[in-house]
Amino acid sequence: MKPLTYERPATLDEAVSLLGRGEVPTSLLAGGTNLVDLLKLDVESPQLLVDVNHLGLDRIDDTPNGGLMIGATVRNSDLAADPRVRERYPLLARALLSAASGQIRNMATTAGNLMQRTRCVYFMDATKPCNKREPGSGCPAVEGASRELGLLGTSDSCIATHPGDMAVALVALDAVVHFVAADGAGTIPIGDFHRLPGDDPSLDTTLPAGAIITAVEVPPLAFASTSTYRKARDRRSYAFALASVAAAIDVDGDTVRDIRIALGGVSPRPWRAHAAEELLRGAPATADSFRAAAEAELAAATPTGENALKVDLVVRLVTGVLLELTGSER
Amino acid sequence: MSALGAPLRRLEGTAKVTGAARYSFEHTPDGCVYAWPVQSTAAMSRIIAIDVDAVLAMPGVVDVITADDAERLEDADDGELMVLQSSNVAYRGQVVALVVAESLETAREAATRLRVDYQTGDVDAVLEPGHPKLYAPDEVNAGFPTDTSVGDIDQALAQAHAVVDHTYSTPAQFNSPMEPHATVATWSDGRLDVFESSQGSSSTVQILSTLFGIPAADITVDSQHVGGGFGAKGSPRPNVVLAVMAARRVGRPVKLAYTRQMMFALAGYRTPTFSRIRLAAGEDGRLLGLAHDAISQTSTIEEFTEQTAESSRHMYAAPHRSTSHRVAALDVPTPRWMRAPGEMPGMFALESAIDELAHEMGIDPVELRVLNEPASDPESGKDFSSRHLVDCLRRGAAAFGWEGRDPAPGVRRDGRWLVGTGVASALYPAMVMPSSARVTARRDGDYLVEINAADIGTGARTVLAQVTADRLGVDVDRVDIRIGVSSLPQASIAGGSAGTASWGWAVSKASLALVDRLKDEAVPDDGLSAEADTADDIEAMADVDRHAYGAHFAEVRVDLDSGEIAVSRMLGVFAAGRILNSRTARSQFIGGMTMGVSGALHEHGVMDAVHGDYANHDLATYHVAACADVPDIRVEWLDEHDDQLNPVGGKGIGEIGNVGAAAAVANAVWHATGVRVRDLPIQPDALVRHLPMRG
Ligand SMILES: Cc1cc2nc3c(=O)[nH]c(=O)nc-3n(C[C@H](O)[C@H](O)[C@H](O)COP(=O)(O)OP(=O)(O)OC[C@H]3O[C@@H](n4cnc5c(N)ncnc54)[C@H](O)[C@@H]3O)c2cc1C
Repeated sequence: MKPLTYERPATLDEAVSLLGRGEVPTSLLAGGTNLVDLLKLDVESPQLLVDVNHLGLDRIDDTPNGGLMIGATVRNSDLAADPRVRERYPLLARALLSAASGQIRNMATTAGNLMQRTRCVYFMDATKPCNKREPGSGCPAVEGASRELGLLGTSDSCIATHPGDMAVALVALDAVVHFVAADGAGTIPIGDFHRLPGDDPSLDTTLPAGAIITAVEVPPLAFASTSTYRKARDRRSYAFALASVAAAIDVDGDTVRDIRIALGGVSPRPWRAHAAEELLRGAPATADSFRAAAEAELAAATPTGENALKVDLVVRLVTGVLLELTGSER
Repeated sequence: MSALGAPLRRLEGTAKVTGAARYSFEHTPDGCVYAWPVQSTAAMSRIIAIDVDAVLAMPGVVDVITADDAERLEDADDGELMVLQSSNVAYRGQVVALVVAESLETAREAATRLRVDYQTGDVDAVLEPGHPKLYAPDEVNAGFPTDTSVGDIDQALAQAHAVVDHTYSTPAQFNSPMEPHATVATWSDGRLDVFESSQGSSSTVQILSTLFGIPAADITVDSQHVGGGFGAKGSPRPNVVLAVMAARRVGRPVKLAYTRQMMFALAGYRTPTFSRIRLAAGEDGRLLGLAHDAISQTSTIEEFTEQTAESSRHMYAAPHRSTSHRVAALDVPTPRWMRAPGEMPGMFALESAIDELAHEMGIDPVELRVLNEPASDPESGKDFSSRHLVDCLRRGAAAFGWEGRDPAPGVRRDGRWLVGTGVASALYPAMVMPSSARVTARRDGDYLVEINAADIGTGARTVLAQVTADRLGVDVDRVDIRIGVSSLPQASIAGGSAGTASWGWAVSKASLALVDRLKDEAVPDDGLSAEADTADDIEAMADVDRHAYGAHFAEVRVDLDSGEIAVSRMLGVFAAGRILNSRTARSQFIGGMTMGVSGALHEHGVMDAVHGDYANHDLATYHVAACADVPDIRVEWLDEHDDQLNPVGGKGIGEIGNVGAAAAVANAVWHATGVRVRDLPIQPDALVRHLPMRG
């Protein structure tokens, strides 16, 4: 049996110092819905688990400017059910509810969800090569089972996706990740939080080593009241996204005044569709311009033999979601 | 009133939901140790070295067994059971060593640390039409002939008014019962006691007797509660052999359970299949010819050929017909039975092709089937014991609202959804296998039934108590029933949808014999028993064709934005002889249809061609239908009386729900979208590009 030490600190300081000791490989344990699986599969082998569930990080607070400060250990189901989230950020509530199962959402936390690892079947199987799990061992996915994997921001060394839903909505909302480390507190804009693999896929995020996420701040966005999240998947519940879209739109007459679009299931990073947004600001709110913008965003896609479907899927999902939000389908 | 047909609740239901029912792995004999299989990480290969010493040195490790020192087994006619007998590896995931330790955790950790070196070769694990290794086996599963031919199919094709000629495929599918395979084995004084999750422990005893060279009388296998099998527990799998071998060697009881991941290499699965179907029709829609050529895979250590084309031999009238099976022995685990072996993939193909022909000829798909209804078995000419397919189709069409259906594909829109409906026929052989039973009258006025039947969640225990009560003319609560232990009167496996027919016959016969004895004998203190065996009765049965039939109707909605498919409504109408318990029967039909939906839309074993294993080997990545995928399923059955079956009058209901259901869904997808998908599962990939754009 692998010896494993479990610590349950009662304060953030204590947690940071346990993490900072660095004597043995250490992981933070939140809901455990991802980490415990990875321990059992021998994908991750920490020797010390630091439980973050008792640090008082489980509150959702209003920020002075009308946004929300979401504690790191707020459960996904609690967050989705919060009336402020449902009212101000429908896309976030829907993204949360489209994920996993009721049981998992009851355990899964805000920070754990952001930090969840890819579901690439090669990453999850410790008997096979994987550059993310074992740098330099190779990537069998590029030529192998890649239907679920990425086509934007991927590299020759890794085509894994960030598999989550919540982060896609957060990226559309320009959220900010707050953390504390031994040398103090810091923030990272969510758009910079998940890394692209380049030639080093081993690190998923830009969170500094030894840091603990304390909260995710969601700034106010008035037109997020006209927002939604749609996810295409292989079964109607309990499946990761083949592709997903988080979108909010502000229409003035027949013209798009402002828009946010983020894509899930297509990249190692929840993908903010900047190019599409740029094209649509000031453009007519029509199916044609929605489609053209989505196609432009996908122009840089590098699908594998197996996941080319995602190009069509994203274009259709974006178009359909924006039609739905603007009620402009004739 | 007779207990037969009543919607009796499962007798063991309370024990199951309160946890009082013990499944195999929940037995923990004193002093037991835990075994963990080490699986090959190389496909077809040879083991060069295993570093046993390093692992033996770990605290808590009791033993490591490899092909170098495992006891020699006698061949029991199943290559998969010859575990640790050779340093040749046939497929990735095959067991190459067994670690035994004081705790489960230690065994598992030691197993992951065991270093095995392989000399590897090229992997050949992908089945394709035209694969050079395809050959004609001597026979196919269940003893059916490999090829059959009547008349001249080429001539029929040449003369036809309309021809359909397409290839349909189904992927590797995994049975995935809730309870993984598990064994607890104890040797004491030369006797072997085994708890084993099995669909038939009588046959497990015979096989263990052969493998380990001990008399069957010295072996007891207990399978009182089984958490599903769907065929995966229809014969012993490596787990039981490994546990028994380890227990003998270490001289202590051994517990061994598969993980979910192990199930994908060591438990059997449905082979991928390709079916080329050729239909030749005359101007009036009657078939002149029907040909079904099927291919499938097996492993290099055991031949198993799915009888994919067998159903096409019985479904529709056509003077010219031919069927064939070819199989390729690849570097893969051995495929086995999975709910409706043969019929599930075969009828997906045939019933899709019939739908294509209906469209091509402008004939309603229900009517085309009715038009081609045979008067006797179309290939053998045998009489039917009973056949009510047309009644199923007609009754289903009326109940589903089929009449007035617009046949045009791709034209019904509801918001962002395209809507369509589809139909398909179903059939499944009504089999019966020899079994024996004992019924005892007790002094207290109650009765005891004993038979080594297996209840794998179907309700078999309950139904057999009902049959007994009916024959004895008493209330069911006066009947005590014992099943699932090999020391009871031997009986056939829970397989081939033949359990209730086979066991019910034995129980019925023993009950009637007891009633006879009770006429002129008093019940002594230790009870009065009667035993019966049905082998001779079955031998004497008339040579007629016996099948159950059914019709599936499905309505699907396809999302224009994503190509996602939702089955919104489904109806199955079945003619399966007498229904003995309406509650558990309905569950069986619904379960089968659910598996049909799952096979149509979700289940897909993805072969990793480089490494030679199924890459998605867990239930997070191998998708089975979730509750949200399962529509409002309605089930009806005809009141069918068939006196050429067996005394209980049932045809078997376990598998037919999974026959044709996938075709009904596929046909509905075509009707919704105009896109014909011939390869399962039907996923957005096949549709999304072809759907009209919104806006
Ligand atoms: C079968 C299945 C299906 C699923 N389907 C979906 C889906 O459809 N969509 C989806 O979005 N998700 C899905 N999930 C994933 C699920 O959302 C994640 O497992 C969950 O959000 C992780 O949260 P957790 O609190 O349990 O994290 P844990 O498992 O406890 O931790 C995950 C990671 O986060 C790190 N971590 C935790 N807290 C902190 C912190 N405060 N600071 C820094 N690092 C931290 C841990 O060290 C660990 O590396 C699925 C999971 C399963 C098992």
